[in-house]
Amino acid sequence: MSELISIRGLLIQRNGRDALKIASLGIERGETLAVVGPNGAGKSTLLLALAHLIKPKHGGILFNGKPISHMNDLEYRRKISFVFQDPLLMDMTVHHNIALGLMFRGTNKDEMRARVLRWSKAMGVESLLGRRAGQLSGGEAQRVSLARAFVLDPELLLMDEPFSAVDPPTRSALLKDLSDILSQDHRTTIFVTHNLKEAAQISHRVAVIINGELKQVGAPREIKAKPADQGVKEFLKEL
Amino acid sequence: MLFDNEIFQITLLSLQVSALATLISLLIGLPFGTWLALGNFRGRSFMLSIVNTGMALPPVVVGLVVAISLWRSGPLGGLRLIYTPVAIIIAQTIISAPVVMGLTAAALESLDPRLQQQLLGLGASRLQMIWMLWREARLPLLAALMAGFGSVISEVGASMMVGGNIRGQTRVLTTAIVLETSKGEFDKALALSALLLILTYLINLALTLIQQRGQKK
Repeated sequence: MSELISIRGLLIQRNGRDALKIASLGIERGETLAVVGPNGAGKSTLLLALAHLIKPKHGGILFNGKPISHMNDLEYRRKISFVFQDPLLMDMTVHHNIALGLMFRGTNKDEMRARVLRWSKAMGVESLLGRRAGQLSGGEAQRVSLARAFVLDPELLLMDEPFSAVDPPTRSALLKDLSDILSQDHRTTIFVTHNLKEAAQISHRVAVIINGELKQVGAPREIKAKPADQGVKEFLKEL
Repeated sequence: MLFDNEIFQITLLSLQVSALATLISLLIGLPFGTWLALGNFRGRSFMLSIVNTGMALPPVVVGLVVAISLWRSGPLGGLRLIYTPVAIIIAQTIISAPVVMGLTAAALESLDPRLQQQLLGLGASRLQMIWMLWREARLPLLAALMAGFGSVISEVGASMMVGGNIRGQTRVLTTAIVLETSKGEFDKALALSALLLILTYLINLALTLIQQRGQKK
């Protein structure tokens, strides 16, 4: 496997203070990396930086060996896909919501229809295609949001606590479906979560970020067995 | 009197100048309001406060400033626009543009700020993102349009000062009402007022129906 994402000497400042520091982190092609840490640790900042929605103060992020700061923003963002904590669906039908990114890319109608159908089936929302976004339950809306991201066939999938706003039964169903899809799909994914159990179920490796610093990266079992420092130990204890 | 030729011409001119002023306000207010809502620059709050103050501009003050500018000896006197329908359109645009601008900014600011990031994260270009945000805020944007039109179809001070209320040339419904009232012709003034109210109601009814259709979609 080769690295799709390489982070080198990254420093991001927000509101004048250091929000995230990562000396070095690589994400292999096809890997699912879970990012865990307490609230305000800098997990979402990492995803926003990876989507080039915020710019680093120092250092950089390489995508396929090229610095994303040297790439055209639009061209780069069309290689990735972002799922937020809330589904953030537009006031349109489920079909149009799933097809949104394809419409931005000017995909032809037949291909668009086929891809929307494929991913709406995979996410179990095929029967909802004609419904308005406002008529969906929280779980359905998040499934639509996942279909909207997968339909783009992104090289890199960024997910910011996508299941935190749904109830526990829906959450475990969604997690299982996502875990199945990712294990078949081998798509490079970075998944932010609060939950180490969730992280262990879905990811190959876990990165722990505390107070804006990357503290440890490794297999979930490894992190549980040998926390890098007291901060990681305390965080794991709280979970 | 209500349906004679002169009334028809006055009504038509009222609709023409106010519709054109609203359209120009929309062309100025929509992009500028969007820039104010989405921009992240120094002085943004100050500019928003200026626009919000502009939403309450007294028409008579606008009329005075435009009249001085367009007066023969004024800086734009050479254009010979004073006492023409164009002068009324200019004054009405100055009145309604801040209304459209301020309400556009408010409509876009009321959307979830993460929506911009989500749209960019899905590969939208900046223009595609703005188009989708306008689409998402279409109901309050339509309300901005209605408020912009309402602010000019009903104003009298500016139209009177820069148009001069010249019969057959710059007389609009509101200035005709003032004239008939000053002559003591209250029945005519009341009939014109009723006509103005009915027109305003019909236009707002049409826009409200469009707005509600958008809500159901």
